[in-house]
Amino acid sequence: MREISTQKIIQEVRDSAIRANYELGEDMVEAFTGSIEIEESAVGKEIIKQLMENAQIAREERVPICQDTGIAVVFVELGQQVSVVGGDFNQAIEEGIRQGYEEGFLRKSVCHPFTRNNTGDNTPIIVHMDMVPGDRLKIWVVPKGGGSENMSRLFMLTPSAGWPGVKEKIVQTVAEAGPNPCPPTIVGVGIGGNFEKSAILAKKSLLRPLGTPNPDPELDKMEQELLTEINKTGIGPQGLGGRITSLAVHLLMVECHIASLPLAINIQCHASRHQEVVL
Amino acid sequence: MDQAYHLRTPLNSNDIEFLRSGDRVTISGTLYTARDTAHRRLMELIEAGMDLPIPIEGQVIYYVGPSPAPPGRVIGAAGPTTSYRMDPFAPRLLELGLKGMIGKGKRSKEVLEAMVKYKGVYMAATGGAGALMARTIKEARVVAYEDLGPEAIRELKVEMFPAVVVNDTLGNDLYVEGQKQYRIDSA
Repeated sequence: MREISTQKIIQEVRDSAIRANYELGEDMVEAFTGSIEIEESAVGKEIIKQLMENAQIAREERVPICQDTGIAVVFVELGQQVSVVGGDFNQAIEEGIRQGYEEGFLRKSVCHPFTRNNTGDNTPIIVHMDMVPGDRLKIWVVPKGGGSENMSRLFMLTPSAGWPGVKEKIVQTVAEAGPNPCPPTIVGVGIGGNFEKSAILAKKSLLRPLGTPNPDPELDKMEQELLTEINKTGIGPQGLGGRITSLAVHLLMVECHIASLPLAINIQCHASRHQEVVL
Repeated sequence: MDQAYHLRTPLNSNDIEFLRSGDRVTISGTLYTARDTAHRRLMELIEAGMDLPIPIEGQVIYYVGPSPAPPGRVIGAAGPTTSYRMDPFAPRLLELGLKGMIGKGKRSKEVLEAMVKYKGVYMAATGGAGALMARTIKEARVVAYEDLGPEAIRELKVEMFPAVVVNDTLGNDLYVEGQKQYRIDSA
């Protein structure tokens, strides 16, 4: 067994939370650069320029890209030959988030559903854990803003809906969301599994670096088809009209029950923040 | 993107009636921040006929919950939040003389009608450009509901705050017009 201390986990999660919020990924910056060439709307071009300038200011001046520093979602792949020592693993991840949000001057955006009282430290967090072969621990810290999360949808379609039905629901969800989720967006889609599996797949699909093709050629083709349809809506950057409504569509698909066709659509704003650490 | 104008708050109807959806504006002066819970509290005071902690007449409300100010800074990141959540409250505030709202995203039919009736405008700031927008904020202080943390009402002093007019006093809507211009109908 390979030992990893909870102390190390706390430090890494803390640093990842801060970095994720200050430093927009190079893949996003490249996508902005490419999209400016395609965008025809003058307002749209101006907005994309603002987003690039904003990312640069955030990185250089150590301030968050967006004031909505999100609810903290953490994906974990725990190698089965790893032994976590020195305390409770889940508490260590949560403590890392707590420290990162405090020390990084990140906004605490978690509250009671009805009283709306803020918990004050951005916890509880949301953790998705998988056990995998090997002796490594992989952690993704994914802060997710409320604006784009609110525009996300889940549909339990009938099998007869098929690919045309799935496609229609995805384009319709993006169209109805319009300006609200801060376009240009990335559209994460989970197909199959069951109710909760499709939602987790949709979120997980957003971890794939922008600009990398789907490893499955069939899904890759579906992604391109969806992106073309979505960008025909004319919603454009910030919904003010234009060619670039979404920068990419990411699909993950698994088998499902013979009676079902679950479909989850998780919209990600242009402040697509994720930091990955491997221990 | 039609015309570019500079607005200085507070505003009166004459200052905004010539604005058209699609115009770009820069704003200098005072903005008041308010989000969901602050709006609910303001509405409770209005219904009870009590004094409000901020002036409404001629003012501009910015829908924002900034991130905390690090040492040496006035404010953290400060971009707009999605406006529709404030739709149930906006018509009453417009009736009381609110002249401008800044946020992002579509407004309800009721808010659009109230903007025409009481002469107010809705402007969009670039969502997610919180670091960029913070540069235009020169002073910030909490004036009410400190217990709400990021959702407290703040008085911001801004210089050349950039926004785009989405809804004007004639009922035009840039979200509708802009999309129409670029939509490609499938055969």
